[in-house]
Amino acid sequence: MAEEVKILTQNWGKPDSHKLETYLAAGGYEAAKKALAMEPAKVSQTVLDAGLRGRGGAGFPTGRKWMFMPKDERPRYLCVNADEGEPGTFKDREILLQDPHMLIEGIIIACWAMQAKAGYIYIRGEFIEPAARTQAAIDEAYAKGLLGDNVMGTGWKLDVYTHLGAGAYICGEETALINSLEGRKGQPRIRPPFPPQRGVFDMPTTVNNVESIAATLFIIANGPEAYKKHGTEKSAGSKLFCVSGHVNKPGVYELPLGVPLLELINKHCHGMLNGIALKAVIPGGSSTPILTAQECENLKMDYEALAAAGSMLGSGAVIVIGEGTCLVNALRVLTHFYAHESCGQCTPCREGTGWMDQIMKRIVNGEGRIEDLDLLLSIANNMFGNTICPLADAAVGPVKSFITKFRDEFEVYIREQKGRKEKRWPVKWK
Amino acid sequence: MALQFSAPAQAEFNKLLKNYPVKEAALLPSLYLAQREFGHVSLEAMEYVAGLLGVTPARVYGVAAFYTMYHQAPVGKYLVQVCLNLPCALRGAEEVFEYIGKKLKLKEGETTPDQRFTLMKVECLGACGNAPMMQINDNYYEDLTPAKVDEILDGLK
Repeated sequence: MAEEVKILTQNWGKPDSHKLETYLAAGGYEAAKKALAMEPAKVSQTVLDAGLRGRGGAGFPTGRKWMFMPKDERPRYLCVNADEGEPGTFKDREILLQDPHMLIEGIIIACWAMQAKAGYIYIRGEFIEPAARTQAAIDEAYAKGLLGDNVMGTGWKLDVYTHLGAGAYICGEETALINSLEGRKGQPRIRPPFPPQRGVFDMPTTVNNVESIAATLFIIANGPEAYKKHGTEKSAGSKLFCVSGHVNKPGVYELPLGVPLLELINKHCHGMLNGIALKAVIPGGSSTPILTAQECENLKMDYEALAAAGSMLGSGAVIVIGEGTCLVNALRVLTHFYAHESCGQCTPCREGTGWMDQIMKRIVNGEGRIEDLDLLLSIANNMFGNTICPLADAAVGPVKSFITKFRDEFEVYIREQKGRKEKRWPVKWK
Repeated sequence: MALQFSAPAQAEFNKLLKNYPVKEAALLPSLYLAQREFGHVSLEAMEYVAGLLGVTPARVYGVAAFYTMYHQAPVGKYLVQVCLNLPCALRGAEEVFEYIGKKLKLKEGETTPDQRFTLMKVECLGACGNAPMMQINDNYYEDLTPAKVDEILDGLK
């Protein structure tokens, strides 16, 4: 059985864990000190050797991403993606609330590796308290000489800023984030050029997720082999799994990659709420294809296993759905989300998410037609891969997988022709 | 009378300009500043911010309209935002919204006659492990029960 790991969560739960005093007492900023004594290229190589993959959802090797930064004269920037908006995901909020110094130390390491002059932490606008904690930690770091004109006495200059978003899921997409940081609408950019060539303020930029940056501390402090002791061959290290839905103990769990899904649910989350049976799991955030209870058996939570199962590890946001949940209604909740969040640039997404939601609304209200199911799949197929950014692909994920895997339930619902206000959810709110 | 930042707001504006190498990048935080100063992001407020940053009012309008957290009309003293996305819905969010709507006698988007509460439905707030939950102004209220909702709302003057 996988035991909880303490690579990212070692300070969580300590009183005043977010304060510099607590952080330093626990050995904080030693990893950054070590990195600053290394050649920048060696820092990137070390992170690459450790096999760390982007923890925001795409799973791209972090060290490799850092190496894409060009070596020309232009100033370079790191953007930390704290726009955490993928439904089911709530890990980065915990890092900002409980251990913001871990993130700042990781930013020092990343910026040194890439020789960036500044890091912007883009925090979703709703995260007021986490942003305040993060800014307070930044202020503490400046006061202590850990940031600013003379980082840890090395003569190197690094500035770190927080920047609040204003309510837009799409700003979690890296080029939309960059546009938003520049004071624009959060609409993604066509690539090429990619951010390392032309990013924020037209300068070379790398965008990394909060958890990815935080994971670099352990790698620098203990070396790649120590990191690879956890996880699987292709999915090294630990992951912050966010479990929500019909479990007894929802929450964030740091576990090695490769932990069995049912173990996560039954052991760490103390099983299904009210003893109801498992119906389905969305394994990596709402954009990842849904899995039936049967597909969950023997399924391991790592990048390869989930891809092989036709889904994705994504952000590691596990949404557990119990028997008695009306999946027609659940799907409508998601189509509403994607239609709301589409930035509107690309016709297949703007029109497609809009139509998918319109049709789902009609179905939910008891005015569905059997042909609507194939119509939804047809719209989905015309969206996928045809847009500037993957939001359209994300919207397609649930529509295609819910209808394909639970088609009987949808057909029965449509044939009933009466919609359903009761019996949508198996658990009563109390 | 033309809108203008108070001295403290002006000082804050000058400070945040230092965070960016180009002025126009300060647009999002400037709009928050304007929203706090003037109550909501009106067309006048947009024109004022446009002037401060040297961008067109149309550009400011586009940005203000794109993001959900800028309000172009006044909202109540307490903006009650209930998450209705899937993880929260699985734990009773629809009932939470109905309960609050009945308690405050509000439908979605409406404001109480005394201007105290505005009720809105929102998408995922990133607190799914403590569902169901809501955001009121700057604060998250999680693990909601009917009793907790009563306590929270009754306590907001």
